[in-house]
Amino acid sequence: MGIIEAILLTVITAATPLVLASMGELVAERTGVLNLGVEGMMVMGAALAFAATQVTGSPYIGILAGIVGGALFSLLFGFLTLTLVTNQVATGLALTILGLGISGQIGEPYLGVSGIKLQPIAIPLLADIPFLGPLLFRQDLIFYLSIGLVVGVNWFLFKTRAGLKIRAIGDNHGSAHALGIHVIRTRYLAVMFGGACAGLAGAQLSLVYTPQWVENMSAGRGWIALALVVFASWRPWRLLAGGYLFGAVSISQLHAQALGLGIPSQFLSALPYIATIVVLILISHNRRMTLVNTPACLGKPFVPDR
Amino acid sequence: MRIELEKRANPSTFFSVLSPFLALGLTVLAGGIMFALLGKDPISALYSFFVEPLLDVWSLHEIAIKAAPLILIGVGLSVCYRSNNWNIGAEGQFIAGAIAGAIVPVVFHDWHSPLVLPLMLIFGMIGGALYAAIPAFLKAHMNTNEILTSLMLVYIAQLFLDWLVRGPWRSPDAYNFPVTRDFAPEAILPELVSSGRTNLGFAFAIIAAIALWIMMRYTLKGFEITVLGQSERAGRFAGFSSKRMIWFSLLLSGALAGLAGISEVSGTIGKLQPVISPGYGFTAIIVAFLGRLSPLGIIAAGLFLALTYVGGEAVQLTLSVSDKVTRVFQGLLLFFVLSCDTLIQYKIRLVFSRFGQSSEGGAH
Amino acid sequence: MSAVGASGGSALLAVRSLTKLFGSFAACNAIDLDIQPGEIHALLGENGAGKSTLVKMLFGVLAPTSGQILWKGEPVRITSPGAARRLGIGMVFQHFSLFEALTVAENIALSLSPGISLSKVAEEASRLSHLYGLPLDPKAHVADLSVGERQRIEIVRALLQNPELIILDEPTSVLTPQEADRLFETLAKLKAEGRSVLYISHRLEEVQRICDRATVLRHGKVTGACDPRKETPASLARMMVGSDVASVSAAGTNTKGDVLLEARHLSVPARTPFAVALKNICLKVRGGEVLAIAGVAGNGQGELFDALSGEYPVPDASAVAIRGRPAGNLGITARRLMGAGFVPEERHGHAAVPALPLSDNLVLARNQSDRKTFLAGGVLGVIRRAVVRIASRRISETMDVRKSGENPAAGSLSGGNLQKYIVGRELDRQPAVLIVNQPTWGVDAGAASRIRQALVDLAREGSAVLVISQDLDEIFEVATEIAVISEGRLSDVYPARDLTREKIGLLMGGMYGKTEGEVADAH
Repeated sequence: MGIIEAILLTVITAATPLVLASMGELVAERTGVLNLGVEGMMVMGAALAFAATQVTGSPYIGILAGIVGGALFSLLFGFLTLTLVTNQVATGLALTILGLGISGQIGEPYLGVSGIKLQPIAIPLLADIPFLGPLLFRQDLIFYLSIGLVVGVNWFLFKTRAGLKIRAIGDNHGSAHALGIHVIRTRYLAVMFGGACAGLAGAQLSLVYTPQWVENMSAGRGWIALALVVFASWRPWRLLAGGYLFGAVSISQLHAQALGLGIPSQFLSALPYIATIVVLILISHNRRMTLVNTPACLGKPFVPDR
Repeated sequence: MRIELEKRANPSTFFSVLSPFLALGLTVLAGGIMFALLGKDPISALYSFFVEPLLDVWSLHEIAIKAAPLILIGVGLSVCYRSNNWNIGAEGQFIAGAIAGAIVPVVFHDWHSPLVLPLMLIFGMIGGALYAAIPAFLKAHMNTNEILTSLMLVYIAQLFLDWLVRGPWRSPDAYNFPVTRDFAPEAILPELVSSGRTNLGFAFAIIAAIALWIMMRYTLKGFEITVLGQSERAGRFAGFSSKRMIWFSLLLSGALAGLAGISEVSGTIGKLQPVISPGYGFTAIIVAFLGRLSPLGIIAAGLFLALTYVGGEAVQLTLSVSDKVTRVFQGLLLFFVLSCDTLIQYKIRLVFSRFGQSSEGGAH
Repeated sequence: MSAVGASGGSALLAVRSLTKLFGSFAACNAIDLDIQPGEIHALLGENGAGKSTLVKMLFGVLAPTSGQILWKGEPVRITSPGAARRLGIGMVFQHFSLFEALTVAENIALSLSPGISLSKVAEEASRLSHLYGLPLDPKAHVADLSVGERQRIEIVRALLQNPELIILDEPTSVLTPQEADRLFETLAKLKAEGRSVLYISHRLEEVQRICDRATVLRHGKVTGACDPRKETPASLARMMVGSDVASVSAAGTNTKGDVLLEARHLSVPARTPFAVALKNICLKVRGGEVLAIAGVAGNGQGELFDALSGEYPVPDASAVAIRGRPAGNLGITARRLMGAGFVPEERHGHAAVPALPLSDNLVLARNQSDRKTFLAGGVLGVIRRAVVRIASRRISETMDVRKSGENPAAGSLSGGNLQKYIVGRELDRQPAVLIVNQPTWGVDAGAASRIRQALVDLAREGSAVLVISQDLDEIFEVATEIAVISEGRLSDVYPARDLTREKIGLLMGGMYGKTEGEVADAH
């Protein structure tokens, strides 16, 4: 396998958790919910996936644990912000802090234990295409899920009635309620979907990216995922592009270090964070575009009157 | 069965006072359950965590030492949050202040003068303020969300500090450990009382809290902060500028975080090293909310959260429980504080009737 | 007085003793009502009478506390808007439930049953809208449409469900007189098809023009049921309001003073994609004059207020002059110091902060203009709470503000009382110039009358008053001069006595001097 393929493979591995986590958050934000707890849900997914895999010996059970765990954990956020109408920013932060803490507890016994890596699945025929074959069609399940997610969410949001309802809620939850749409119930489902995706992203980290458990192993990816949603103007295909861009940037530091370029490793490690800021500036400073694309009800509390 | 919220005509003063205590109680309860799940006796674990640290002078000092940065950062954050500026990057501003303040003792380590310490403190405040100026500028002039920018800057600051102490600022005397030189005696923040390690940082925290409380309660500036946080439009009608408030609140909280940073480095640690904070900048967010965004409440909240740090260290030793326990407690506390605060604005009703929740409006 | 049928007999919709309590407050109290098939039935009452609450119960948005609803003689429980639609009830709310980011077709599709494809919906909507004289383009984004066009979406949406009863909540409040006429034609068509209309309004003239019967509400109770054509405006008003409301004694002939407020070629680009740009606005208001600017919502009123108040200054200093001095590039504080006072349209979240007490809301508007009185300590700016409270009490007493407690939160006051306080807050300073946007929107008749009188009195004392209003009745009551704003442009200014509703309607449509026929074709 050539150098280029090897590098591209690392980009895919780095990009996949970003794409997963931000897709989940995109759906949640489309219904008007801003969940800053992505980092916490992701790291919970990572810990749960690793622990489940160690206990059962099967990384597929691990994936399931990550997904289910992320969804259940997000329910905490949902309950507080949707039923008790707490401040979304603070509650998201609380979820992250709690997630970092609980995942640390869960992962404690597994520190230093070598993990079970998720094996790639080759898709017959397609996997034999030169160059693209091994790259795209001999990948692990989670990668396939990530691409399927982008296609599925895009179709769902723009081609189905349920997706129309979601966009309506994000635009004007008062009007949606007046039309008889179940705002709170839809938002709960969207939040749980976001949790499941973030949990899956975490599972990817501990089962594919580095099959190991390291404390706080999400390393800020949850925050980057939030920025990605803004960068993508809440559109799935742009999000895929953005995710891969960021994956490339974040993995470039490892390659640059390997190449011995003489740039301090800390600077390279800081690249993804710097890139995030730059990207946010570029996207946001056109006020008109921001106004037109942002779901109008993002972050606003909703209490239906009866 | 459904939970329904009914908005109160006026916020309940009863729950304003009760809510933090209710949250504390629920946290202790949840913590007890967590200890039980870990296989430890909940009562003695809770005792080790919350009560034992209060019983001897040395650990009271430890609490004060940890409370100082929490309070100092927390009161700055309360001004930000009240005005709807979500500064999440206090941890980064803390580090920036520590680095800026440490320029004097590290780079000019041969200069001895009584001016060293005051200069360090001033540089610390300026460093923190300048670092906070970045998200301030980006929000005010480039419409960029301050939550994400201030947060990204935290990671950048941590990496920068790491590079400094392993690289250009590494002490020649330290056998290759990634630390700077020890600060000279006149660069160390003096202790407050002789019984323990608590340094001037604690006094700064209390003074800052009282000063900000007076500002918020009695002055036009405090009024401006409240109004702009409630409604930007009404603030504009009053002649206030939300852009200027972005700068004011972020620079103020950045300066206070920077002061906390240099105080910690100069008073408690005595040099620079890769990790100078157990997450003060983030815990201070919890302190701000637990203290109901009021400077005086934050003093109490800061002391309580400092207790969770010390308690966490205590149970780590006595019960061999991991130090993650502290994080979990803090996260739980914030959750309960936010939940109980709902009671201030709303009455909660459990509705058992089926009316209104039958099939989703048919036409859909 | 038409009989309320014993068992609701032939009535399409009948309501018996319907009550809705919010806590201990009875928004609707034992209401009886019936609507016959093929009838246009008016629901009259001033703001706060309970009309919207009653109608929300009929449409399943609110649950009644007690009482019965009978549809074609059978008791029903309407548990949701979907259930109401299934019965055959359609509703067009006063505040539209539209989604700006979506297209017309998508908006309509959301209120229909699933299973109909979007293209079919678009087709049907287009056909129906043209059939009823309310044409729509299904692919347009709602954000780009005018208020009148948005109302058409709501109406077409309701009509697509083939309702037997359509409820319209204050439909003409957002329409020009010409657009209102088209609406009335549509209603006549519906009536000819055998459908019924429940027409909610507080505008007596309209009700007398198009409605067969009327039920009048006051304070949540039915105070009368009649044939509006057989009543006089006075008798209807009495049923709505109780005692005779003092009519405003007009400005009459005030001696005209100097020009105190002037706009010279004021042009402002649109601040957001959905805002209206102001184009070359010229106006002069002298001391003793009340200049009223008429216009339907969405034609630049808010933008004009912002430019005149200084909340959004303009680069050209001479574009706005207060008491002869250039003020265009100055902020609101500077303009207040020049002697101007301002009352914005939005009470909650602009003119006042609902969560803060009245005294704080006084400081809100007057912290610089009354700096010497209300603040102490020089640069520290310590607020003299005791002094502020005394002033606040004085304002409440002068304006007869009804409130619970000495210094309650602004949000706990009713619309009318809060508006009285907000206007009184400015009058207390005796400003040389007062600019008011929608002085009595959503305000009960008693408070409205008081506020309008206060404006007239202020002018009489020599100040210049500028009133921006969507309410033609109000304008004719208070104005000495009238101009019309349309799409960001201001018409010429006319003395009030020279203008009629027709003429104003034409100016609103932006067609200066065209005939009615040309106007009808242009739509």
